[in-house]
Amino acid sequence: MSDRIFGVFGFLLAAFYLWQATQIELSFISDPFGPKAFPYMIGTVLAISSTVIMIKPDTEPEWPTFARLFEIGVATAVMIAYALFLKEYGFVVCTAIAASYLSWRLGSHPLSAIIAGVLIAVGIYVIFHLVLGLSLARGPWGF
Amino acid sequence: METLGSLADGFAVALTWQNLMLALIGCFLGTIIGALPGLGPSNGVAILIPLAFTLGLPATPALILLTSVYYGAMYGGRISSILLNIPGDEPALMTTLDGHPMAKAGKAGEALAISGLASFIGAFFATWGLVFLAPQLVKVALLFGPAEYFALFVLAFATLGGIASRNQAKAALAAVIGLGIATIGVDGQTGVPRFSFGEVHLYDGIDFLVAIVGLFALSEVFIFLEHRAGSGADDKVVKVGRIVPPWKMVRSTIPAMGRSTVFGFIAGVLPGAGASLGSFIAYTFEKRISDRKGTFGKGDPRGVAAPEAGNNSAAGGALVPMLALGVPGSGTTAVLLAMLLALNITPGPLLFQQNPDVVWGLIAALFIGNIMLLAMNLPLVSLFVRVLLIPTRYLMPAVAMISFVGIYGISGSTFDLVVMVAFGVMGWVLRKLDVPLVPIILGVLLGDQMEKNLRRAMTIHDGDWTMLFNSWLAIGLWTFAIVGFVLPLLVGRYFRPKIADEPVAEGADPD
Repeated sequence: MSDRIFGVFGFLLAAFYLWQATQIELSFISDPFGPKAFPYMIGTVLAISSTVIMIKPDTEPEWPTFARLFEIGVATAVMIAYALFLKEYGFVVCTAIAASYLSWRLGSHPLSAIIAGVLIAVGIYVIFHLVLGLSLARGPWGF
Repeated sequence: METLGSLADGFAVALTWQNLMLALIGCFLGTIIGALPGLGPSNGVAILIPLAFTLGLPATPALILLTSVYYGAMYGGRISSILLNIPGDEPALMTTLDGHPMAKAGKAGEALAISGLASFIGAFFATWGLVFLAPQLVKVALLFGPAEYFALFVLAFATLGGIASRNQAKAALAAVIGLGIATIGVDGQTGVPRFSFGEVHLYDGIDFLVAIVGLFALSEVFIFLEHRAGSGADDKVVKVGRIVPPWKMVRSTIPAMGRSTVFGFIAGVLPGAGASLGSFIAYTFEKRISDRKGTFGKGDPRGVAAPEAGNNSAAGGALVPMLALGVPGSGTTAVLLAMLLALNITPGPLLFQQNPDVVWGLIAALFIGNIMLLAMNLPLVSLFVRVLLIPTRYLMPAVAMISFVGIYGISGSTFDLVVMVAFGVMGWVLRKLDVPLVPIILGVLLGDQMEKNLRRAMTIHDGDWTMLFNSWLAIGLWTFAIVGFVLPLLVGRYFRPKIADEPVAEGADPD
């Protein structure tokens, strides 16, 4: 069933991609092939392979329970929040929080997760910023 | 002889204190990365590329560092295979078959030493193969025109889909997803934006490093979150025991190592077949040739030597098409290609002519790295074993954070970080659906070149399609591509590793 849904999704993606390809504006200079032809080929192969997947699905993968899916969803949200807040609050604070969260969800005791998160953040800061001179996001406190 | 002269120049490039230090660091890091479950050559190198790039290392030292990591990870993969029965990466899968029984019989140290020696022999002779074969392939590649290059790219995707994956339709789908991602952004030849939806960030296209780190490294974190493999290794580590094997045992494995090196190298050179297939073929043949008493699978040292020599030799062999043609055949070499492109080096025949110092410096570095790895791995093996004790609940957050640091270092853009997370989730879903990730990476990397060559061919011939099949070379490549894609469908599962058909590969490192 998953593969059939995936096939339908791939097919819709192909349709969308091909439609977007027709929308590419041509410029006045162009080679005989133009910027549209290669996307057309890609879209066509995408449509064909999606159809095959739809018709001939593999065995069903083992999907995680809803609780595990929720776990992955929240982790994704944490990572996106990390990306968005990184510039505002600086590298060390954001990293410590995100790493603690991940460590906690991967099964550490909350206290040791916090210690691990802080150590990871400070460790990366020392190695990559202080020793190797990589530029990391600076927060309001300068780190 | 010309080749040996170039190689000598290469050693002159590689033998500086800085480069030797980098090779040493790379080998050390690589072995650790390979030993850690869940990290292997492709995602290990993937995380380190942006870092090497942002540190501003020049091309040759950066290459030396990263290829040492690559070779080191190939060495390190065996440690967790033997001790924990968990392959650190997919090529090390076959090593578990005899390696773990040996460890259980109290011969873990000997198994590690034999496999270290086998790794060295495989990699060492494969590097010699690379030295002599790559320049020959370059001579052929110089005859290629745009039409032949286009056919070559098709061949790479076709054989990757046909030989190395379980479901051809899914491999094809993965390849076109990659190619589709590569078309995002301003078209290089006419200057019109494509698929960018008016979003300024997309005009430059999607950086392939963002895609690679997201797909390989972050998706791994999601896999671990899903299974919450928190406990894991702590209590299962076997005692290493004596680390010097008796000479008799070493001598009995030498023929196995020799044969496996040859098989592995051939498997590595062929497009679409990487180190995993190399170790599989080596083990199967060795079993067929020398398993007279039925000791294989129960802790026969030859069963440890064969796959390790095979996969390390295949890793060297896979560098031949990657360097000489610019077309990688496996996941790890795709990541190495990404590294070259990030350093603004386009591999292929011109690289050998224009930047011989880079190529031969790299090859010399492979020799040096190999010897360092052997010297490091035999005595220090118990140190690397201790690395296995780091629980994933501390390791994976660090991996995720280092991925963010690397990508942030390239562009300093929040948008790229969000795109990387999106790739991570996509990678997780696609892994669940058993869609191979390597063709996606290959598509993202090669899409631009592929389209450029196609359009160049069309411009030369004024839009005549039939000109794509105009030379014998092109026809040969097309035939090979079609056979490579279709034959495995007909011959069925004969060519493919039986074990790879089981879903163990889900959590494993692609190639």
